[in-house]
Amino acid sequence: MFELGSFGSAGQTRRLSSTSSIAMCQSPTLSAETVSRYTLGELMVASAAREIGDGEVVFVGMRLPLIAFVVAKKTHAPNAVGLFENGVIRTTPAPELIYTMADPPNILGATECLDMKGVMSLLHSGRVDLGFLGAAEVDRFGNLNSTEVRGPQGLTRLPGSGGACDIASLAHRFVVLLEHAKQRLPERVSFLTSPGNGDGHDWRKRVGLPRGGPAAVITTKAVLRFGEDGEAYLASVHPGVDGEEVTANTGWKLRVSENLVSTPAPGAAELQAIRAYDKEGFWTK
Amino acid sequence: MDKLLSMRDAIQEWVPDGASVALGLQLEQMIPFAAGHEIIRQKKRGITLIGPISDILFDQLIGAGCVKQVMAAWVGNVMMGSAYSFRRAVEQDGMKVFNLTNLTLLLALEAGAMGVPFLPTRTALGSDVAKGNHFFCAIFSPFEGKEPLWAVRALNPDVTIVHVQRADREGNAHCWGNFGVMLEGVRAAKRVIVVAEEVVEPEVVASDPNRTVIPGFLVNAVVESPFGAHPSPVQGYYKRDDAFFRQYHEQTRTKSDSDAWLRRWVYDVADRRAYLNQLGVCRVERLGVKQHAYAAPADYGY
Repeated sequence: MFELGSFGSAGQTRRLSSTSSIAMCQSPTLSAETVSRYTLGELMVASAAREIGDGEVVFVGMRLPLIAFVVAKKTHAPNAVGLFENGVIRTTPAPELIYTMADPPNILGATECLDMKGVMSLLHSGRVDLGFLGAAEVDRFGNLNSTEVRGPQGLTRLPGSGGACDIASLAHRFVVLLEHAKQRLPERVSFLTSPGNGDGHDWRKRVGLPRGGPAAVITTKAVLRFGEDGEAYLASVHPGVDGEEVTANTGWKLRVSENLVSTPAPGAAELQAIRAYDKEGFWTK
Repeated sequence: MDKLLSMRDAIQEWVPDGASVALGLQLEQMIPFAAGHEIIRQKKRGITLIGPISDILFDQLIGAGCVKQVMAAWVGNVMMGSAYSFRRAVEQDGMKVFNLTNLTLLLALEAGAMGVPFLPTRTALGSDVAKGNHFFCAIFSPFEGKEPLWAVRALNPDVTIVHVQRADREGNAHCWGNFGVMLEGVRAAKRVIVVAEEVVEPEVVASDPNRTVIPGFLVNAVVESPFGAHPSPVQGYYKRDDAFFRQYHEQTRTKSDSDAWLRRWVYDVADRRAYLNQLGVCRVERLGVKQHAYAAPADYGY
């Protein structure tokens, strides 16, 4: 279990609180000590959950975002709508932990359960606000590779796009979750599976993409966001991590925000929602 | 017409060597593992696999040497990540993969189902998945705006295999849960094999036509195979065997591990009944429905 810090020690970085939508209140059931200890997975899930605005339509995706959607629903975004590419639409969180979007608890009590065309047509026509993605590589302009990596050891074949390219192409914005390592954050992806900002400002428009682009990359060390020019910058570092550690582990000269802050720790309500759902910590330990 | 066959006969008759086979079209639900295992046992060769994502069944067919090429959006183990036989086949043996996305595979099958040469989309503009990929051709809208689009080439699988909850002997099939791209995959296919948890009387299927996802006249064979989708879930019948997916990941890291896995779970079991015996009564019971959740009846009366 990673021990990433506590409410009491903001370290070298300033704490962001004014822009956080999360109330750092004490939970009636989690003690202050319990709340002060959280895993990296929990921090990433809480950060992902905060990207979801109340009432937004979200393409949920696989793995950690499955929980982020549940956490958002149970905390600050009770009116968010979840779309899953197997054909499920949910306005309530699945009643128990799921490992894939097609697990029976994600079907039970769904708002609608039909086919991929039903949800993909909503995505295609611009009615999806946000999508979550994972990737093996994310580059300076937020382009994603989940297809293949060619390196000194030869070819590494990855599972492929799934729906990631579709979500990156067609949602109004997308958020990536990623392990922070130099080889995972190259200057340029070796294979552009899912389009971010291409080579910079205006690229998406030039190639004909109707909208969208990356809003954030939530890594195991930090959160990157994107400027008007389409390039990523360091927006916040996780508690206990300093900015230099992040830039040293990024494959290009990462710009740093003048307002660099500390990623807000998960609040009590978020931790409670995560732990009530992922009881054994499969996704978040 | 009674199309009920054993799994052995259905695969023997309708899945020839060299066929393109679409399966796993409902994504992580109702994956026709029993059918896939019979394809492996019959040592089919030169197969083209078609599917949006594949939760380890593609990996097993590839590991068994059945597969020439893959047309898919994602191949792996959804809960665990990579699938090792797929990786070995591509990285070491140069197996051909047509990289699609979920949406473009859907459009390819839909175009095939409609009998048009392509369907247009805005997805994947600027993406490398389209590079050197015969499924994609850059076009401009012929209507005002003239915006750039991909034409996605139609795809007609030789055989589509689907797993459903129940079907009658003609192949009229009920399914509930998520459909993924199954409806398009069935209509695009030249032949269809329906694998059902239960074969029921025609009256049962006819009682609820809104739940009928496959009309029998499109179906070539019906196979009854209880637990035939294990370890994937079938809504109302059994849940997902998460541990099985985890164990597969741990037990197939090397070629010899993968061979041993295939011997244990496929080659050395004669059929699905033997497979279930090996799985064990306890495990099968544990996966069964613990709390039924029936839908309200729909009144078709007038």
